[in-house]
Amino acid sequence: MAGLELLSDQGYRIDGRKATELRKIQARMGVFAQADGSAYLEQGNTKVLAVVYGPHEMRGSRSRARHDRAVINCQYSMATFSTAERKRRPHGDRKSTEMSLHLKQTFEAAVMTQLFPRSQIDIYVKILQSDGGNYSVCVNAATLAVIDAGIPMRDYVCACTVGFVDETPLADLCYAEEGGGVSSLGLALLPRSSQIALVQMDARLHQDNLDALMEAAMTACKGVSKVLDEVVRQHLQEASMLARD
Amino acid sequence: MLKSKTFVKKTRSGGVMKVVREHYLRDDIWCGSESCTECKQESPVLQKDACIESNLCSYPHYLIPDTNVVLHQVDVLEEAVIRNVIILQTVLQEVRHRSAPVYKRVKDMIQDKEKHFYTFTNEHHRETFIEREPGESANDRNDRAIRVAAKWYSEHLKGHQPDGDELRVVLLTNDLGNREKAKENNLLVFKCEEYIKSLIANPELVDRLALSSDDQNDITSNKVLFAEHLPLSVIQTGIKNGSLLQGTFRASRDNYLEATVFVHGGGEDATEVLIQGLQNLNRAVHQDVVAVQLLPQSQWVAPSSVILQDEGEAKDENANEEEDKLQPFTAAQKPTGKVVGIIKRNWRPFCGMLNVSQIKESTRHLFTPAERRIPRIRIETRQASALAGQRIMVAIDGWPKHSRYPNGHFVRSLGKAGEKDTEQEVLLLEHDVPHQPFSQAVLSFLPKMPWAITPEDLEKREDLRHLTVCSVDPPGCTDIDDALHCRELEDGTLEVGVHIADVSHFIRPGNALDSEAANRGTTVYLCGRRIDMVPELLSSNLCSLRSNVDRFAFSCIWELNQKSEILKTRFTKSVINSKASLTYAEAQMRIDDSTKNDNITKSLRGLNKLAKILKKRRIENGALTLSSLEVRFHIDSETHDPIDLQAKELLETNSMVEEFMLLANISVAQKIYDEFPDCAMLRKHPAPPPSNYDILHKASKSQNVEIHTDSAKALAYSLDKASVEGFLYFNTLLRILATRCMMQAVYFCSGMDSDFHHYGLASPIYTHFTSPIRRYADIIVHRLLAVAIGADTTYPDLMDKHKQSALSNNLNYRHKMAQYAQRASVAFHTQLFFKSRGILNEEGFVLFVRKNAIIILIPRFGLEGTVFFDTKDKSAPNLVFDEAGPTLKVEQHTFCIFDKVKVTIRLDDTNIQHQKIRMALVDPVVRIHSRTSAASSCALLKNGNNVFIHLPF
Ligand SMILES: [Zn+2]
Repeated sequence: MAGLELLSDQGYRIDGRKATELRKIQARMGVFAQADGSAYLEQGNTKVLAVVYGPHEMRGSRSRARHDRAVINCQYSMATFSTAERKRRPHGDRKSTEMSLHLKQTFEAAVMTQLFPRSQIDIYVKILQSDGGNYSVCVNAATLAVIDAGIPMRDYVCACTVGFVDETPLADLCYAEEGGGVSSLGLALLPRSSQIALVQMDARLHQDNLDALMEAAMTACKGVSKVLDEVVRQHLQEASMLARD
Repeated sequence: MLKSKTFVKKTRSGGVMKVVREHYLRDDIWCGSESCTECKQESPVLQKDACIESNLCSYPHYLIPDTNVVLHQVDVLEEAVIRNVIILQTVLQEVRHRSAPVYKRVKDMIQDKEKHFYTFTNEHHRETFIEREPGESANDRNDRAIRVAAKWYSEHLKGHQPDGDELRVVLLTNDLGNREKAKENNLLVFKCEEYIKSLIANPELVDRLALSSDDQNDITSNKVLFAEHLPLSVIQTGIKNGSLLQGTFRASRDNYLEATVFVHGGGEDATEVLIQGLQNLNRAVHQDVVAVQLLPQSQWVAPSSVILQDEGEAKDENANEEEDKLQPFTAAQKPTGKVVGIIKRNWRPFCGMLNVSQIKESTRHLFTPAERRIPRIRIETRQASALAGQRIMVAIDGWPKHSRYPNGHFVRSLGKAGEKDTEQEVLLLEHDVPHQPFSQAVLSFLPKMPWAITPEDLEKREDLRHLTVCSVDPPGCTDIDDALHCRELEDGTLEVGVHIADVSHFIRPGNALDSEAANRGTTVYLCGRRIDMVPELLSSNLCSLRSNVDRFAFSCIWELNQKSEILKTRFTKSVINSKASLTYAEAQMRIDDSTKNDNITKSLRGLNKLAKILKKRRIENGALTLSSLEVRFHIDSETHDPIDLQAKELLETNSMVEEFMLLANISVAQKIYDEFPDCAMLRKHPAPPPSNYDILHKASKSQNVEIHTDSAKALAYSLDKASVEGFLYFNTLLRILATRCMMQAVYFCSGMDSDFHHYGLASPIYTHFTSPIRRYADIIVHRLLAVAIGADTTYPDLMDKHKQSALSNNLNYRHKMAQYAQRASVAFHTQLFFKSRGILNEEGFVLFVRKNAIIILIPRFGLEGTVFFDTKDKSAPNLVFDEAGPTLKVEQHTFCIFDKVKVTIRLDDTNIQHQKIRMALVDPVVRIHSRTSAASSCALLKNGNNVFIHLPF
């Protein structure tokens, strides 16, 4: 049997998008009252909940505290019902640990941690439904949660997973595309300054194609940032309306 | 750019494991019609006046074929008159899943600007996407999707053409249910046959129609002749639990009632299953992937050695009676089975000839393919009398269980049988040699003429135009790959340069020109015709290193001392200006003519001197010099008929050029392997297994000569020493035999293999660098070398060892087929030659001895033929075969290898499709009861090849 055709000659992908188009992004901020900040974000069929606590005093071992900045603690997990086959171990496996570490690195680059010495910021993200681009969607959701918590950041951190098929970069891969033998690259970007917070790539890619792929990833991240910006503005508007009442 | 807001999102699920996938619907998918003013399309594909003379549809219209019409009637769709067709995405996807070859052809048509085929992405269009309803099968859903799209088009196109006729869409489907539902929706719908028959101006299209399943009832009786094939699901379970075996079906060439199935990876169990009898063959065709069931051991049989050809027109009823022709045998029995199902058909269009039916009015005729392994095919045509005596192509459509023969349809005519052009076309098609004219897409990547070297080009290259470079080639060569120079340096050392046409400068990776060359793999040389790998502008002009013009080259330059030892090697892209294009004979004359002392001659002498030392050293290291009889036809320049045949003679200059090419190839191989150990394209020649040499040992022993084969060096040495008093030709014959023992040399990717040794050249590493105009492997090697010296950039596929390995496989296949095609071409020309000569008396030597025949070589023509001693009539002579010799005693006379014989040679053209050269023994006279039966037949070996053998490396 022939495999999936990831990009048709007419330029459409399996789900009907064109190469540079993102999936539909919908988000809500402040979904939990108890937490300091929270957000729920859907990017296509990938659905993520992000919750932020802090900044607060160091918990547990004090020795991890830094005198000049806050420590960011991230935990990534996947709901047992998030994939087609029930997941056995929702967190703590190698992949989750690695993902947690990547998130930590991403946000350490974006959050202005030097404003909160000797304290700690906790970011919890949970994948409720997984359909590709898990890392990127988590970053986007966590960004909104951090903003909701009122923690200052240099810029939004926006992330997007891109892949390379038939000499064409595809933006915002879905699960079928990630599994279809595409070499994918995850990029987290601070869009206004075009500073890279994190790039990760496991697959092999020819060096000649890297520039084109990075270019596509940056464009995609900037696209994401526009949507996130709109979500934040909308949220603020609603909040101020409530406050006025 | 975020458009997602305009999309309506739907999810779809299916399969055993629930798959949820997003499915975006868009409103920016255009209809593709020129007449549409609503859609914002840039270059519409479908024409405004889509007119075709049809007595069903007198108005302009677009065609929408359904999946089955595309799959089965692709031959008709490819006709030039069929234009303005809408291929729906639903159809395209189904075709893709069901047949890769048809999918490729459809895609080619879509790309062809003349065809005006438009792909409508209906599954993502907001108004044409439909969801599967509960209880609806996937097929029904797709049929409905096609109807919905057709409906959308007919509404959409309304009212755009105020003047003139309204554009309509016509749905083509052979499915009755689909047709009725379409009519309910007020769609224009026809059966494909119905529509094609309505094309008044093009009656010939009707023959190209494939027979659809509902026509088959009236073409054959309803009596079931074959067992039903098992459905795929049952086959898969059977293969899993071991009750069935999967394998490739190989029909026997000699016996149409017998075949072998090569079981894929069947562990230690039998890897070959014998199939005998029409019932058990059960409609499998050569190269199909089939499922077989083993018979109980009591029913196992031995392969028959009878030659049976399916002749005469059998009625469907008497298939059973034919089984009687197989006789029981006592030889070793083999696992025997029967075909119970077909996993994958591997049908291609076949070349052959029509047997016109005896009944004058009949439109059904049998077609006999040129390839004997393919069964005869029944086709329907109204132009039988015109097609009689022509070579035609026919495609198989299906093989119903109540039909003795498969059903097919006429594809096209290749011309009159026996004519040179026709036969050449046949042998190109049968050997899968791509030989169509280069497409516009390919030609568009050629440099624009007039072409000139720019200053920027010169900047990047070393200017070697001052050197006395010349080329030495066979006469009439227009694709000159290589040129040489040699000059003495001040310190007494010699500088030698091999300059190779810089083809990779013109063929850039990945474009259409490159893909076409990669697919063709090699230029194919037939007698009197060349099928180029790259367009002529490159092969005979811009790349060809002709004399007195500036050309780009890739140069390999050594410094050698007087003992031909390499002191320094370097590679560079260069510009050269060849001072002379010589033939081997001309170069030889210059070297020998002591009065000549110009630069070219001096250069040639230097090269020749060094080459002799190189050759001597190579042979000392164990390189083999084998022999092959290559014949050359002298072709009449006007009629293009062969007028004389002569063995190619080898001059010193042949070997001079060869030595430096070998040296360049080895130097380059080493360089690219050092630089790219994982993805260098190399060529290896494996050592043959010792048993291959059995025949050589036996043959030499019969003349009391000992041949050592433990190593290439020992073999080379003992071949040199082998001679028999008064038998001058003995050594050549031995070398011909030794050539037959060799393995085929192959291309491979260094990252995928560990054994690089080249046995014949006794070199630890080897590649092809010196003929990029005619071999694609050389282009890859050029690119690798260019990257290694920093003259060019790399690209992803070059560094991917899996892709390179796949490419090597294609190149090996193309080279093999090119060689077969070449042999077949020589065989055909040999036949033409003998046709005009009548009966000839010639001397020959016995090359092999078989159980019932001897194989004779005629050195003068390089022709090889078999003389059979058992004839079909009863008066067969008394034969005693001794395998140890091997010798064959026919009545009183004993034949052994190397015997000198006299034969008569003539052309037997009683079967126009399989003309043969027949040899008959004149001396020694074998006394058999009736003298006539001694006149025996001589078929050219496999596809009629004679001893036109290329050295295998
Ligand atoms: Zn339109």
